[in-house]
Amino acid sequence: MKLDRTDRDIVAALQGGLPLVAAPYAQVAAELGMDEAALIDRLKAMKARGIIRRIAAAPNHYRLGMVANGMTVWDVDDAQVAELGALVGALPFVTHCYERPRALPDWPYNLFAMVHGSNRDEVEEKRARIADLLGGACRAHDILYSTRILKKTGLRLRRKG
Amino acid sequence: MSGLDDLDRAILNAAQEDLPLTHRPFAALAGRLGIGEAEVLARLHRMKQAGIITRFGPFFDAAAMGGAFCLCAMAVPRADFETVLTKVNAMPEVAHNYERAHRLNMWFVLATETPEGIEAAAEAIERETGLTVHRFPKLQEFYIGFRVAA
Repeated sequence: MKLDRTDRDIVAALQGGLPLVAAPYAQVAAELGMDEAALIDRLKAMKARGIIRRIAAAPNHYRLGMVANGMTVWDVDDAQVAELGALVGALPFVTHCYERPRALPDWPYNLFAMVHGSNRDEVEEKRARIADLLGGACRAHDILYSTRILKKTGLRLRRKG
Repeated sequence: MSGLDDLDRAILNAAQEDLPLTHRPFAALAGRLGIGEAEVLARLHRMKQAGIITRFGPFFDAAAMGGAFCLCAMAVPRADFETVLTKVNAMPEVAHNYERAHRLNMWFVLATETPEGIEAAAEAIERETGLTVHRFPKLQEFYIGFRVAA
Protein backbone atom coordinates (compact mmCIF):
# COMPACT_ATOMS: atom_id res chain seq x y z
CA MET A 1 0.00 0.00 0.00
CA LYS A 2 1.63 3.24 -1.13
CA LEU A 3 -0.27 5.30 1.43
CA ASP A 4 1.05 6.71 4.65
CA ARG A 5 -1.02 6.84 7.79
CA THR A 6 -2.51 10.27 7.04
CA ASP A 7 -3.48 9.25 3.50
CA ARG A 8 -5.11 6.10 4.85
CA ASP A 9 -7.13 8.13 7.33
CA ILE A 10 -8.24 10.43 4.52
CA VAL A 11 -9.27 7.52 2.28
CA ALA A 12 -11.14 5.92 5.19
CA ALA A 13 -12.94 9.21 5.94
CA LEU A 14 -13.96 9.70 2.28
CA GLN A 15 -14.74 6.20 1.05
CA GLY A 16 -18.36 6.59 2.08
CA GLY A 17 -18.48 9.89 0.19
CA LEU A 18 -17.94 13.63 0.58
CA PRO A 19 -20.52 15.55 2.67
CA LEU A 20 -22.89 17.63 0.54
CA VAL A 21 -22.24 20.91 2.36
CA ALA A 22 -20.88 24.26 1.18
CA ALA A 23 -17.36 23.68 2.55
CA PRO A 24 -16.99 19.87 2.44
CA TYR A 25 -13.20 19.73 2.72
CA ALA A 26 -13.25 21.97 5.79
CA GLN A 27 -15.78 19.65 7.44
CA VAL A 28 -13.80 16.50 6.67
CA ALA A 29 -10.56 18.18 7.76
CA ALA A 30 -12.15 19.10 11.09
CA GLU A 31 -13.26 15.50 11.59
CA LEU A 32 -9.69 14.36 10.92
CA GLY A 33 -8.14 17.05 13.13
CA MET A 34 -6.29 18.61 10.17
CA ASP A 35 -6.63 22.01 8.61
CA GLU A 36 -8.45 22.39 5.32
CA ALA A 37 -5.41 23.50 3.33
CA ALA A 38 -3.43 20.44 4.45
CA LEU A 39 -6.28 18.13 3.45
CA ILE A 40 -6.63 19.81 0.05
CA ASP A 41 -2.86 19.46 -0.54
CA ARG A 42 -3.06 15.76 0.31
CA LEU A 43 -6.03 15.27 -2.04
CA LYS A 44 -4.20 17.11 -4.84
CA ALA A 45 -1.19 14.84 -4.35
CA MET A 46 -3.40 11.73 -4.44
CA LYS A 47 -4.95 12.97 -7.68
CA ALA A 48 -1.50 13.57 -9.20
CA ARG A 49 -0.55 9.99 -8.28
CA GLY A 50 -3.71 8.60 -9.83
CA ILE A 51 -5.05 7.36 -6.49
CA ILE A 52 -8.08 9.62 -6.91
CA ARG A 53 -9.44 9.60 -10.46
CA ARG A 54 -11.97 12.35 -9.84
CA ILE A 55 -14.36 13.67 -7.20
CA ALA A 56 -17.85 13.34 -8.59
CA ALA A 57 -21.33 11.88 -8.45
CA ALA A 58 -21.92 8.19 -9.20
CA PRO A 59 -25.45 8.09 -10.63
CA ASN A 60 -27.67 5.04 -10.44
CA HIS A 61 -28.32 4.59 -14.15
CA TYR A 62 -31.32 2.34 -13.49
CA ARG A 63 -33.00 5.23 -11.73
CA LEU A 64 -32.20 7.45 -14.73
CA GLY A 65 -34.18 5.22 -17.03
CA MET A 66 -31.12 3.38 -18.39
CA VAL A 67 -32.73 0.13 -17.36
CA ALA A 68 -31.14 -2.08 -20.01
CA ASN A 69 -27.53 -2.81 -19.13
CA GLY A 70 -25.67 -5.30 -21.29
CA MET A 71 -22.18 -6.64 -20.80
CA THR A 72 -21.23 -7.55 -24.36
CA VAL A 73 -18.46 -10.14 -24.61
CA TRP A 74 -16.42 -11.03 -27.68
CA ASP A 75 -13.94 -13.71 -28.70
CA VAL A 76 -11.46 -11.62 -30.67
CA ASP A 77 -8.28 -12.79 -32.39
CA ASP A 78 -5.44 -12.15 -29.91
CA ALA A 79 -3.28 -10.56 -32.60
CA GLN A 80 -5.95 -7.89 -33.22
CA VAL A 81 -7.51 -7.37 -29.79
CA ALA A 82 -5.39 -4.34 -28.83
CA GLU A 83 -6.18 -2.46 -32.02
CA LEU A 84 -9.86 -3.44 -32.13
CA GLY A 85 -10.36 -2.94 -28.39
CA ALA A 86 -9.23 0.66 -28.76
CA LEU A 87 -11.82 1.19 -31.53
CA VAL A 88 -14.62 -0.37 -29.47
CA GLY A 89 -13.60 1.64 -26.39
CA ALA A 90 -13.81 4.83 -28.43
CA LEU A 91 -17.47 4.26 -29.38
CA PRO A 92 -19.53 6.93 -27.57
CA PHE A 93 -22.01 4.46 -26.11
CA VAL A 94 -19.41 2.08 -24.63
CA THR A 95 -18.87 3.00 -20.98
CA HIS A 96 -16.23 0.41 -20.01
CA CYS A 97 -14.04 -1.71 -22.30
CA TYR A 98 -11.42 -4.24 -21.22
CA GLU A 99 -9.37 -7.14 -22.50
CA ARG A 100 -9.63 -10.01 -19.98
CA PRO A 101 -8.39 -13.61 -19.96
CA ARG A 102 -10.59 -16.38 -21.38
CA ALA A 103 -11.71 -19.22 -19.09
CA LEU A 104 -11.72 -22.11 -21.53
CA PRO A 105 -13.65 -24.23 -22.26
CA ASP A 106 -16.57 -22.44 -20.55
CA TRP A 107 -15.75 -18.90 -21.48
CA PRO A 108 -14.11 -18.12 -24.84
CA TYR A 109 -14.49 -14.32 -24.64
CA ASN A 110 -11.53 -11.96 -24.19
CA LEU A 111 -13.04 -8.51 -24.91
CA PHE A 112 -15.69 -7.01 -22.60
CA ALA A 113 -17.64 -3.84 -23.51
CA MET A 114 -20.41 -2.42 -21.30
CA VAL A 115 -23.39 -0.93 -23.13
CA HIS A 116 -26.40 0.86 -21.57
CA GLY A 117 -29.74 1.91 -23.01
CA SER A 118 -33.30 2.72 -22.09
CA ASN A 119 -34.46 -0.64 -23.47
CA ARG A 120 -33.01 -3.85 -24.86
CA ASP A 121 -33.67 -2.94 -28.50
CA GLU A 122 -31.42 0.07 -28.06
CA VAL A 123 -28.72 -2.10 -26.49
CA GLU A 124 -29.04 -4.72 -29.28
CA GLU A 125 -28.64 -2.04 -31.92
CA LYS A 126 -25.43 -0.89 -30.22
CA ARG A 127 -24.24 -4.48 -29.96
CA ALA A 128 -24.76 -4.90 -33.73
CA ARG A 129 -22.59 -1.84 -34.35
CA ILE A 130 -19.77 -3.41 -32.30
CA ALA A 131 -20.19 -6.68 -34.26
CA ASP A 132 -19.83 -4.74 -37.53
CA LEU A 133 -16.70 -3.06 -36.26
CA LEU A 134 -15.07 -6.35 -35.20
CA GLY A 135 -16.07 -8.17 -38.39
CA GLY A 136 -14.16 -11.39 -39.13
CA ALA A 137 -11.76 -10.91 -36.21
CA CYS A 138 -14.59 -11.96 -33.86
CA ARG A 139 -15.30 -15.70 -33.66
CA ALA A 140 -18.17 -15.66 -31.15
CA HIS A 141 -20.03 -13.21 -28.97
CA ASP A 142 -22.72 -12.99 -26.33
CA ILE A 143 -24.48 -10.42 -24.18
CA LEU A 144 -25.21 -10.68 -20.45
CA TYR A 145 -28.01 -8.43 -19.25
CA SER A 146 -27.91 -7.40 -15.63
CA THR A 147 -31.14 -8.28 -13.89
CA ARG A 148 -30.40 -6.92 -10.40
CA ILE A 149 -27.84 -4.77 -8.57
CA LEU A 150 -26.82 -6.98 -5.65
CA LYS A 151 -24.24 -4.65 -4.08
CA LYS A 152 -22.63 -1.32 -4.96
CA THR A 153 -20.36 0.18 -2.35
CA GLY A 154 -17.07 1.00 -4.05
CA LEU A 155 -13.72 0.49 -2.39
CA ARG A 156 -13.69 -0.30 1.33
CA LEU A 157 -10.43 -0.43 3.24
CA ARG A 158 -10.26 -2.81 6.15
CA ARG A 159 -9.33 -0.74 9.20
CA LYS A 160 -5.89 -1.45 10.54
CA GLY A 161 -5.05 -0.98 14.22
CA MET B 1 -39.72 7.94 -14.47
CA SER B 2 -37.01 9.43 -12.28
CA GLY B 3 -38.95 12.60 -11.44
CA LEU B 4 -36.04 14.82 -12.46
CA ASP B 5 -36.54 18.22 -14.02
CA ASP B 6 -34.17 19.82 -16.52
CA LEU B 7 -32.20 21.61 -13.81
CA ASP B 8 -31.72 18.34 -11.87
CA ARG B 9 -30.41 16.74 -15.06
CA ALA B 10 -28.03 19.63 -15.74
CA ILE B 11 -26.73 19.44 -12.17
CA LEU B 12 -26.32 15.68 -12.36
CA ASN B 13 -24.38 15.90 -15.62
CA ALA B 14 -22.12 18.63 -14.20
CA ALA B 15 -21.66 16.69 -10.96
CA GLN B 16 -20.15 13.78 -12.91
CA GLU B 17 -17.20 16.01 -13.80
CA ASP B 18 -14.35 16.52 -11.36
CA LEU B 19 -15.25 18.74 -8.36
CA PRO B 20 -12.56 21.37 -7.71
CA LEU B 21 -10.35 21.17 -4.62
CA THR B 22 -11.30 24.59 -3.28
CA HIS B 23 -12.96 25.96 -0.16
CA ARG B 24 -16.40 26.29 -1.82
CA PRO B 25 -16.34 23.70 -4.63
CA PHE B 26 -20.12 23.58 -5.14
CA ALA B 27 -20.14 27.34 -5.71
CA ALA B 28 -17.89 26.72 -8.72
CA LEU B 29 -20.26 24.06 -10.04
CA ALA B 30 -23.24 26.37 -9.46
CA GLY B 31 -21.46 29.22 -11.22
CA ARG B 32 -21.00 27.10 -14.35
CA LEU B 33 -24.77 26.46 -14.38
CA GLY B 34 -25.68 30.06 -13.52
CA ILE B 35 -27.55 29.14 -10.32
CA GLY B 36 -26.92 29.45 -6.58
CA GLU B 37 -24.72 27.19 -4.47
CA ALA B 38 -27.56 26.45 -2.01
CA GLU B 39 -29.80 25.28 -4.85
CA VAL B 40 -27.11 22.91 -6.16
CA LEU B 41 -26.55 21.45 -2.70
CA ALA B 42 -30.26 21.05 -1.99
CA ARG B 43 -30.87 19.27 -5.30
CA LEU B 44 -27.79 17.02 -4.98
CA HIS B 45 -28.91 16.13 -1.48
CA ARG B 46 -32.40 15.30 -2.71
CA MET B 47 -31.09 13.15 -5.58
CA LYS B 48 -28.86 11.27 -3.15
CA GLN B 49 -31.76 10.69 -0.74
CA ALA B 50 -33.86 9.43 -3.65
CA GLY B 51 -31.15 6.97 -4.72
CA ILE B 52 -30.59 8.68 -8.09
CA ILE B 53 -27.05 9.46 -6.96
CA THR B 54 -25.55 6.32 -5.44
CA ARG B 55 -22.54 8.11 -4.00
CA PHE B 56 -20.84 11.50 -4.23
CA GLY B 57 -17.13 11.67 -3.57
CA PRO B 58 -13.68 10.62 -4.70
CA PHE B 59 -13.35 7.70 -7.11
CA PHE B 60 -10.39 5.82 -5.70
CA ASP B 61 -8.19 3.67 -7.91
CA ALA B 62 -7.24 0.64 -5.82
CA ALA B 63 -4.45 -0.31 -8.26
CA ALA B 64 -2.78 3.11 -7.88
CA MET B 65 -2.81 2.60 -4.10
CA GLY B 66 -0.88 -0.64 -4.60
CA GLY B 67 -4.06 -2.70 -4.44
CA ALA B 68 -6.00 -4.51 -7.10
CA PHE B 69 -9.40 -5.02 -8.74
CA CYS B 70 -10.67 -8.22 -10.28
CA LEU B 71 -13.94 -9.03 -12.01
CA CYS B 72 -15.15 -12.46 -10.94
CA ALA B 73 -18.08 -14.66 -11.91
CA MET B 74 -19.85 -17.69 -10.49
CA ALA B 75 -22.52 -20.09 -11.73
CA VAL B 76 -24.86 -20.13 -8.74
CA PRO B 77 -27.64 -22.73 -8.63
CA ARG B 78 -30.99 -20.91 -8.60
CA ALA B 79 -32.14 -22.53 -5.36
CA ASP B 80 -28.97 -21.43 -3.51
CA PHE B 81 -28.81 -17.93 -4.93
CA GLU B 82 -29.87 -15.93 -1.87
CA THR B 83 -27.72 -17.99 0.52
CA VAL B 84 -24.65 -17.56 -1.69
CA LEU B 85 -25.44 -13.87 -2.15
CA THR B 86 -25.47 -13.29 1.61
CA LYS B 87 -22.03 -14.92 1.94
CA VAL B 88 -20.50 -13.06 -1.03
CA ASN B 89 -21.89 -9.64 -0.06
CA ALA B 90 -20.67 -10.06 3.52
CA MET B 91 -17.08 -9.84 2.24
CA PRO B 92 -15.82 -6.23 2.45
CA GLU B 93 -13.61 -6.93 -0.60
CA VAL B 94 -16.75 -7.27 -2.78
CA ALA B 95 -17.24 -3.74 -4.15
CA HIS B 96 -19.99 -4.36 -6.72
CA ASN B 97 -22.15 -7.36 -7.41
CA TYR B 98 -24.62 -7.85 -10.26
CA GLU B 99 -27.00 -10.62 -11.14
CA ARG B 100 -26.83 -11.36 -14.89
CA ALA B 101 -28.94 -13.53 -17.17
CA HIS B 102 -26.44 -16.28 -18.06
CA ARG B 103 -25.20 -19.61 -16.70
CA LEU B 104 -22.55 -17.45 -14.98
CA ASN B 105 -25.23 -15.49 -13.12
CA MET B 106 -23.34 -13.68 -10.35
CA TRP B 107 -20.69 -11.12 -11.40
CA PHE B 108 -18.79 -9.18 -8.77
CA VAL B 109 -15.72 -6.99 -8.48
CA LEU B 110 -13.14 -7.65 -5.78
CA ALA B 111 -11.17 -4.59 -4.64
CA THR B 112 -8.26 -5.33 -2.32
CA GLU B 113 -5.29 -3.49 -0.91
CA THR B 114 -2.73 -5.89 -2.38
CA PRO B 115 -2.70 -8.07 -5.53
CA GLU B 116 -2.40 -11.12 -3.23
CA GLY B 117 -5.63 -10.02 -1.55
CA ILE B 118 -7.59 -10.92 -4.71
CA GLU B 119 -6.56 -14.58 -4.54
CA ALA B 120 -7.19 -14.71 -0.80
CA ALA B 121 -10.69 -13.24 -1.18
CA ALA B 122 -11.58 -15.44 -4.18
CA GLU B 123 -10.39 -18.55 -2.34
CA ALA B 124 -12.34 -17.54 0.76
CA ILE B 125 -15.51 -17.24 -1.35
CA GLU B 126 -14.84 -20.65 -2.93
CA ARG B 127 -14.42 -22.18 0.53
CA GLU B 128 -17.55 -20.51 1.89
CA THR B 129 -19.78 -21.36 -1.06
CA GLY B 130 -18.25 -24.52 -2.55
CA LEU B 131 -18.50 -22.86 -5.99
CA THR B 132 -15.77 -22.01 -8.51
CA VAL B 133 -14.91 -18.31 -8.70
CA HIS B 134 -13.84 -17.51 -12.27
CA ARG B 135 -11.30 -14.67 -12.23
CA PHE B 136 -11.29 -12.12 -15.05
CA PRO B 137 -8.59 -9.56 -14.18
CA LYS B 138 -8.21 -6.75 -16.71
CA LEU B 139 -5.31 -7.21 -19.11
CA GLN B 140 -5.87 -3.90 -20.93
CA GLU B 141 -8.27 -1.02 -20.31
CA PHE B 142 -9.57 0.73 -23.41
CA TYR B 143 -11.80 3.40 -21.87
CA ILE B 144 -12.31 4.77 -18.38
CA GLY B 145 -14.35 7.96 -18.77
CA PHE B 146 -17.61 6.56 -17.44
CA ARG B 147 -20.39 9.14 -17.63
CA VAL B 148 -24.15 8.69 -17.87
CA ALA B 149 -26.09 11.41 -19.67
CA ALA B 150 -28.99 12.25 -17.34
